[in-house]
Formats: sequence, C-alpha cells, structure tokens
Amino acid sequence: MRITTRVNGTEQEVDDVWAGESLLYVLRERMGLPGSKNACEQGECGSCTVYLDGEPVCSCLVAAGQAIGREVTTVEGLADGERLHPVQEAFVECGAVQCGFCTPGLVVAAHDLLARVPSPSDPEIREALAGNLCRCTGYEKILDAVRLAAERQAQA
Amino acid sequence: MDFLQPSSWQEALDIRAERPDAVPIAGGTDVMVDINFDRRRPGALLDLGRVAELREWGTEAGVVRLGAGVPYTRIVEDLADRLPGLAMASRTVGSPQIRIRGTVGGNLGSASPAGDAHPPLLAAGAVVEVASAARGARQIPAAEFYTGVKRNALEADELIAAVLIPSAAGPQQFCKIGTRNAMVIAVSAFACALHPDRRAVGTGIGSAAPTPRRAVDAEDFLAGELEGSGLWESRGELPETLARAFGERVAAAASPIDDVRGSAAYRLHSLSVMARRAVTWAWNDLRKAA
Repeated sequence: MRITTRVNGTEQEVDDVWAGESLLYVLRERMGLPGSKNACEQGECGSCTVYLDGEPVCSCLVAAGQAIGREVTTVEGLADGERLHPVQEAFVECGAVQCGFCTPGLVVAAHDLLARVPSPSDPEIREALAGNLCRCTGYEKILDAVRLAAERQAQA
Repeated sequence: MDFLQPSSWQEALDIRAERPDAVPIAGGTDVMVDINFDRRRPGALLDLGRVAELREWGTEAGVVRLGAGVPYTRIVEDLADRLPGLAMASRTVGSPQIRIRGTVGGNLGSASPAGDAHPPLLAAGAVVEVASAARGARQIPAAEFYTGVKRNALEADELIAAVLIPSAAGPQQFCKIGTRNAMVIAVSAFACALHPDRRAVGTGIGSAAPTPRRAVDAEDFLAGELEGSGLWESRGELPETLARAFGERVAAAASPIDDVRGSAAYRLHSLSVMARRAVTWAWNDLRKAA
C-alpha cells in the first residue's frame, strides 16, 4: 500500500506499507522521524502523540492508511528551525526531562493544551496530560514547565 | 491484509457484504491494539473514517441519532445537555488522545462488558441502528444488542450505523470505579436515568457481568416505591433506606467474576454503593429542577 501524507509541512510518500501498520511505525521506520516514541503500543502512555489534522492522537492507534491525505505534525515539526518552541524551551529550563522517553508526547500534548487554553488552571493541565505517562519526574517539573510556557505565552 | 477505505455509507455496506473477513475500524483504539500485539490478523481492515454520514448527529422527535463514528470528545462538547449520562461516561473514557478518536460505534462493535458507553445507553433506553446492503436498516434495543463477552447481535454483513437515544427527560448519572481517574478500564460501572415523564427509572451495569446489562428488578422496585409514596409528585427527599435497597437490588442483578482488575465481591459492593449514590444525586437534581 502506498501512503501519501503531509508531515510537518512536507509531502511524504512511502510504498509497500502493510495494511496493519500504525502511523507511528510509518513515521519512525519509513519516514525517518524517530521523535515520536514507541512504548506501550496500546494508547496507554501517550509517548507517540502527534497531531492528526490538528488533533492530538496516539499515532500507535492510527492505521497508516487512515493518515492518507491527512496533515500530520510530529514533535519534530514544532521547533522553528534551530529555535525550540517555547514549550520545548520550558521543558529544558524546568528540568522536566529525565530519561526523555515520554518527553516528545508530553511536549505535543502541552503544545495542544496551550493552543486551546492559553492560561490553563492546574486541574486543566493535569487533565490535558492525563494520557501521557512519565515514570521518572513525578510530573512536578512537567507541570512547572507548562506553567512557565503559559506565562511566557501570555507575555509575548 | 487489505486496507479497504469506502468514502460513503453505501460503499461501506457493499464492501462489508463482500468481505466478511474484514474488521471495521474507526478510532482504532481497540482494533489497533489487537493488531499491534498480534492478537488479530484479519483479512482486511475496513476503515470507516472517511464515511461522513457516520460522524454526524441530529435530533428528531426528541430522539438523538448519534452517528456510530462521532468521537467521545464531540459527545462531551455537543451533547452534555441532551445526553447527560452518555456525556458523563464519555468524559471518563481513556485520555484526551483516546476520546478524540474513540467512538460509541466502536464500543458497541467491541461489545466489551467494560465499555464505558454501555451503561448510559441501557439506562436511557437507547436503540442501535445497524444496516446491511442486502436487507437495509434494522433497529436493536441496546439491552438485546450485547449477546456475550465481546459478542453482539450484528450479522456478518452488517455495520453499526447509529445509536438512537431519547433526549433526557430527567436527571442522569454515571459512576465508574477504577484504580485512578484517567486511563482506566472500569472495575465496575453504573448508570441511572430518571424518566419523570413516564415515571420510570433506567439503569445500566458495566464490568460486572458477561455483558453490560440493566437491573430491571431495581428499576421496577424504585419506580413502584416512588409511585406508592407519592414522591414523583411531591419531589420530597429520597429516603436513604430506599436508595440503599435500590443499590442492593442493582448489585443482585450483576454476576461478576474475579479478574486482574478486581474481585467479584468488590464489584458487587462497589455497585451497590455507586447505585445508592447515583440515584440519590439524580433524585436531588430532580428536586432542584422542580
């Protein structure tokens, strides 16, 4: 099966995709975009979160064929060239990253939250990140990072 | 494995008839897990994501026709007023990423006893609309749709088109027990609906029997007691003894098992507590509305 889809603003075309393949597999193994992480493969951990037509989804649960003709944005598409997105900067500054495996998914989920809710309350942050597991940080630094990114966004 | 991608409902039904080996996929939150873990290798995936009709909802004569492919997020956003029980249950599904993709049609197709949508559908008296290319559409009451563990009343050439759910005439509640708030499969779940217009009570039990099921005896008992004591008119306080007896009857309608998520005894106990609380909240909402 041929998959053509727009990823991070660039038209991508890959051939010989198996019908049961996930969008995550296609992104990582066929398009050379390993930012989205493969952990649970059952929608529990959120490490593979990407935007599909502007909505944050677990790419491990999207069949590759379902992404044909759609718009995909991965964590690789958030930075402006070498300049990190403010959400990414906030994660670095707050030490919201330890092993880093959950970080791409959390960055996409936090990016989505701040696009929809510019000044989220703590319960709103917790709810928005409820589908992303982190086994290192205990989440406090991640919450700090989202609050910092929201503050900077409000000032900008 | 083939990937079949119809762009209209009619085309989907035609493909369904030709390919009984195809597994329908919408949000993928159940089907892709099975494929990722090598538990299922169907001859084809039948992607319903491009069938626009499935993603629509509308109302007619006080009944919401919810397309099988409307995701939970939209139920929460659009239908909390008309379908409060289903909206409450939808809020507890998985995580934001899952609610954006997962659908009630998928819940019905998987027919897991733990599906969050089932209890409120049962309590509201919902009807499942299915269709085939050969025989057209037919309607199956939700209570008859679940036929066994992960089994439903669909024929091999049928697809789920929509769910017909009466707009709430009174308060509805949904409760779910799990090990945490987010990303949890129900250990047990309960939904109730008060129908003051016809002086009836609706219930739905989840994760505590081979299929989702109503607690019919509890429904009849409570409706009768409310009638006998004049409470439908007076809207007086719901006696605690009555709420407790209702809870016990709800638990008596369940037949749970011990499994990794919880014991049968815990499921029965939690059901009786949830039913007592849920019906008390619903009754208090009814009193406030009066």
